[in-house]
Amino acid sequence: MTVHSKFERYEDNWQTSMGGWSPEGEVILRGKALFTELNEKTWMEYLLFAATGRESPKIARLMEAMWVICTSFPDPRIWNNRIAALAGTARSTGVLASAGALAVTEATIFGLKPIKGATDFFYRAEGRMTQGETLEEIVQSELKQFRSVYGYGRPIINKDERIEPMMEFAKSLGCGNGKFIQLAFDVERYLLQTRLRYRMNIAAVCAALLADEGLTPTEFYHMATLAFTAGVIPCFIDAEDKDEGSFFPLRISRINSSGCEGLRKWRK
Amino acid sequence: MSNEPKETVTTKIWSETAERDNPFAAASCHCAGFDVYGDLLKNATYIDYLYLLFKLEPPTENQTALLQGLAIALANPGPRDHSVRAAMSSGVGGSTHAAALIAAISVGAGNLGGSREVFHAIEYWDRCGIDLDAWKDLIENPPQEGRMDVWQPMEHPPGFDPNGVNCPTPVVQTLTHLADVSPGTHLSWLSKNRPLLEGYTGYPLAFSGVAAAAFYDLEFQAEQAEMLYLLLRLPGAAVHALEQEKLGWRKYPFFSKGFKVTE
Repeated sequence: MTVHSKFERYEDNWQTSMGGWSPEGEVILRGKALFTELNEKTWMEYLLFAATGRESPKIARLMEAMWVICTSFPDPRIWNNRIAALAGTARSTGVLASAGALAVTEATIFGLKPIKGATDFFYRAEGRMTQGETLEEIVQSELKQFRSVYGYGRPIINKDERIEPMMEFAKSLGCGNGKFIQLAFDVERYLLQTRLRYRMNIAAVCAALLADEGLTPTEFYHMATLAFTAGVIPCFIDAEDKDEGSFFPLRISRINSSGCEGLRKWRK
Repeated sequence: MSNEPKETVTTKIWSETAERDNPFAAASCHCAGFDVYGDLLKNATYIDYLYLLFKLEPPTENQTALLQGLAIALANPGPRDHSVRAAMSSGVGGSTHAAALIAAISVGAGNLGGSREVFHAIEYWDRCGIDLDAWKDLIENPPQEGRMDVWQPMEHPPGFDPNGVNCPTPVVQTLTHLADVSPGTHLSWLSKNRPLLEGYTGYPLAFSGVAAAAFYDLEFQAEQAEMLYLLLRLPGAAVHALEQEKLGWRKYPFFSKGFKVTE
């Protein structure tokens, strides 16, 4: 029996236009030479080009402001930062702290899922409105199908203090007047009239601002991957600098063992 | 000190009593009511304890045999597996040992041969059970994602290998053994109907598909199966990473000849 795997043509054969390094010392990214064509970019411009293929100092600056204003609060109680603080108090390494914390930013109630999900929602909503559906119909069907609208509502408190400074900065760049950001505020106005009373959170604002610049959900997702690091690293450093194990220790009475109080004996 | 009630960690899995001289040290730990260090340590097997942790009930003999077989089958996917290659790539560069396992988990979490595939395969079991027509219909009309997620949509029917030719011998051996020892009906149904299902999908059954059926026979939820699949595949990643760390990058493929940048 002669059979062939479809892998045979891929064996030792990875062809890519994304780029790479050659032993001759050339580095190419998306068709451009790093040392001669990309060497004067800022890191954020380089990241934007790497992740999306776009060359836009304006988007890079907008994105950088999002990283500063919206995504890197140095508070070790925030769940992703808490990984870094725990790593610090448990005397792990700084990079392992960041790796764990970054993985945790791909969360549902904050971080990457709302970021990607809100962008996706705005594109879908805009498409449906073009087809003649009303905002109310779209939001209600979203709530019915998914029981939430990414970008609206927030754990702990409802109002988001980041919106105002972010919008202010966006306007200083000439952003903040596009159809998606207007849609974002329209959705908030509608949701505030419902019994849910959800307010917009910063994921919706950033998603809409970037959708107005033409970024897709996936592009924003990739660009947001490292956005939280400036909040993560100080939490690690702080905990590493303090007594080992001292970050919010839990005494035994802090375990609320509901439903497993009865003692049982293992059969041999 | 404030009189406000302190925030607590709520759990049905675990309870502890404190040492008399230290409220931060446990004198006894109980898992689902069993004394871990006074009883389980002497009397339970590791597989029993693993089952207990997830299910909060001791396994029956058949359930132990099934989980034991699954654990052996999954423990080392071998050095060609994507997740093990991730761990070895960590090893050859001299990264931290935690990095090797993080790498293996990150790569082994995906839709192709990874834990997310097991998660989706269990969803198929939930929807179809042992109804062959339902399987045929779901394979032909896979569920559509309503909105974008951080996970990409499945590109093939979960539990089947889109790059396979015929069902590899170890997959068949594992399916046969696990179906023999299983207390449930899904593994034996899968074993009996494998050729038909492979016909519907156009692909051979994969380890992820066998694992999903085993978890389903163990009555694991999709999330539990996803987690345990990640855990059970780590031993191979660990030992291969350690081995390659010793051997070094010079003895590990760099694919010098196979890489080409195109316009």
